[in-house]
Amino acid sequence: MSRLNEANTLLAKEIIGRYPKARSATIPLLHLSQQQNGHITNDAIAHIAELVGATSAEVLGTCTFYEMFKMEPVGKYLVNICGTMSCQLLGADELMHHAEHSLGVKAGGTTADGMFTLEHAECQAACTEAPNMQVNYRHCHRMTTEKFDQLIDDLRAGRLDGDIPQHGTLARVRQVIPAEKAAGVALPDVPVEPAWMADGGKS
Amino acid sequence: MSSYPWAAGYIDDGDRPKIVTSRFQHDDGFTLDRYHATGGYQGLRAALGRTPAEVHEEVKKATVLGRGGAGFPAGTKWGLMPAGKFPRYLVVNGDESEPGTYKDRLLMERDPHQLIEGCLIAAYAAGLSQVFLYIRGEMPLAHERVATALNEAYAAGYIGKHILGSKFSVDIVLHWGAGAYVVGEETALIESLEGKRGEPRLKPPFFPAAIGLYGQPTIVNNVETLSNLPWIAVNGAAAFTAIGTETSPGTRMVAVSGHVNRPGVYEIINGTTTFRDLLYGEEFCQGIRNGNELKAFVPGGGSAPWFTPEQLDLPFEGRQVGAAGSMLGSGAIMVMDHTTDIPKAALTLTHFYAAESCGQCTPCREGGTWLERVLQRVVDGRGSRADLDQLLEIGESICPGSFPHASSTTLGLAATPFPYKMTTICFVGPSAYAPVHSALTLFREEFEAKIVERKHIPVTVGAPEHE
Ligand SMILES: Cc1cc2nc3c(=O)[nH]c(=O)nc-3n(C[C@H](O)[C@H](O)[C@H](O)COP(=O)(O)O)c2cc1C
Ligand code: SF4
Ligand code: FES
Repeated sequence: MSRLNEANTLLAKEIIGRYPKARSATIPLLHLSQQQNGHITNDAIAHIAELVGATSAEVLGTCTFYEMFKMEPVGKYLVNICGTMSCQLLGADELMHHAEHSLGVKAGGTTADGMFTLEHAECQAACTEAPNMQVNYRHCHRMTTEKFDQLIDDLRAGRLDGDIPQHGTLARVRQVIPAEKAAGVALPDVPVEPAWMADGGKS
Repeated sequence: MSSYPWAAGYIDDGDRPKIVTSRFQHDDGFTLDRYHATGGYQGLRAALGRTPAEVHEEVKKATVLGRGGAGFPAGTKWGLMPAGKFPRYLVVNGDESEPGTYKDRLLMERDPHQLIEGCLIAAYAAGLSQVFLYIRGEMPLAHERVATALNEAYAAGYIGKHILGSKFSVDIVLHWGAGAYVVGEETALIESLEGKRGEPRLKPPFFPAAIGLYGQPTIVNNVETLSNLPWIAVNGAAAFTAIGTETSPGTRMVAVSGHVNRPGVYEIINGTTTFRDLLYGEEFCQGIRNGNELKAFVPGGGSAPWFTPEQLDLPFEGRQVGAAGSMLGSGAIMVMDHTTDIPKAALTLTHFYAAESCGQCTPCREGGTWLERVLQRVVDGRGSRADLDQLLEIGESICPGSFPHASSTTLGLAATPFPYKMTTICFVGPSAYAPVHSALTLFREEFEAKIVERKHIPVTVGAPEHE
């Protein structure tokens, strides 16, 4: 039972419609599926393959290439500690050590209550604010062990529910292209010169 | 609003011209209202009042060097598409993930309309029929801000059918990644956008401008590159080239991280600002932390060969930095003070590139893993002198010939200029080697010290120690 539900299938079709080729929607649909189920299942892969007109093997091949897609359930919160250069120079190892100790799991593990999965992550595009971490990909800058403990307390107590949705929900705002406003997809096999380029392109 | 500090790090100090960060002073710089109140979409209007060819020419004259890493001028790149072949696409590279790099996320979170306007100007000038804005998956706030801005811009008639009542019609589709560094490489980005694994394509012979998305001519441009276009459309190429130098006009966003007093993202004047200005200047990083000594710095993202204090007076200018043995890359400087464990720092970077290999090329897949393993052994104090030679041998198999490095008077080294030869499809393989090569060339004694220490470790547990 982890095919996309009815509402998400509709959304999936709308997303597919934005691309000249349906298969381009593979990653967005995998995200949609992860948002629905928390992780990616074989049924979901098969359903997405049907929707984008690819084989399950092709969708699975794409899925496993990308780190954000989890084939097994993970905690409600994914705690990703950056260990790349800028963060490592400013205490990433100590932060990871503290996190492992304080959550009682090693990097890669999930706490027994299913709340947190701890991961070693790579550069999070926040290097000047090192050391960094993300919770469900929301940035937390200039971390200290005290801030880490506070953050975990806040998450456990639900005080950050408004800021950080549970794992799987990537963005809470979606693009909507109103049908009456859309310029339409540019199909690769329809070789038309854009209207504004014809006649020397005078608008 | 949020209790956690999203997109912090931008520092506005000193009296320098601002091209891409002018709205960062406003907390609501990402809204359409603020954008309108600060000259927003005037560049698009100005562009629509001219022919696409005229706008293209203006961008060419401005010489906007690509801000994604390779530094190729945007206007020239647009001109490389085969004439008469349609449709053509624009793919916006918002996959920012090169170690040390932090600017595109700021631009997307804090001024998404500027990026959208830049996309529209590029599409208009180069005749691009559809735009795909590819945002790194691990940036949900950027995603939300850009999605909101796109929705606003559609409603206001800036995107879609008959933009502002003209013949110009284009859709901008927000697309998102799912975590893979190599996807930032432009051909891998295209593969990924086609729904496939993000494996780089062999180029040459076919660059995306000729054969790109769905086999059609495709322009891939970086977020910062495109964010410059609205300003150029309003103020003209001459005003742009009046800032910076002839070879490096305009400004650049640079992230300085690591052991400095005031790490941050600064919009600097291109071509003239020196590394010394950046690391020690009052307007910038204000020196090394705790009054420590500077040991080394990476001038252009994790892939770049390292510099030492001897290179501090070089300006932020591609040719001079290339001649001195490195590159400006993605505008990311990582600073190491004298307390830094150099072999360990090199290992951190090598680990990154080894882990991010897509696995297509043997020298990258195997070589990267071996570099990491051997280096790990050395860092753990279990390495031998032969390991150090082996690191260089593995490197040779990825990058045959002499690898770029900086000059050093104390070591009697003359700089070997950037770039290098390589046996791999893309730069991920060589990037795994660059930190090892720099560290070993410039700080060999630190590696040897780790090997000397090994003598004191008993080799066999339980065996009697003989004096
Ligand atoms: C391994 C690798 C990773 C890259 N990552 C990025 C990236 O995250 N963002 C980016 O804009 N360019 C990245 N590039 C450079 C792109 O291939 C391409 O040159 C750039 O997006 C072109 O845009 P520009 O001309 O506007 O700079 C990367 C290149 C390589 C080889
Ligand atoms: S160099 Fe590495 S990452 Fe690049 S294509 Fe080859 S194997 Fe893939
Ligand atoms: S190195 Fe940690 S965010 Fe870039």
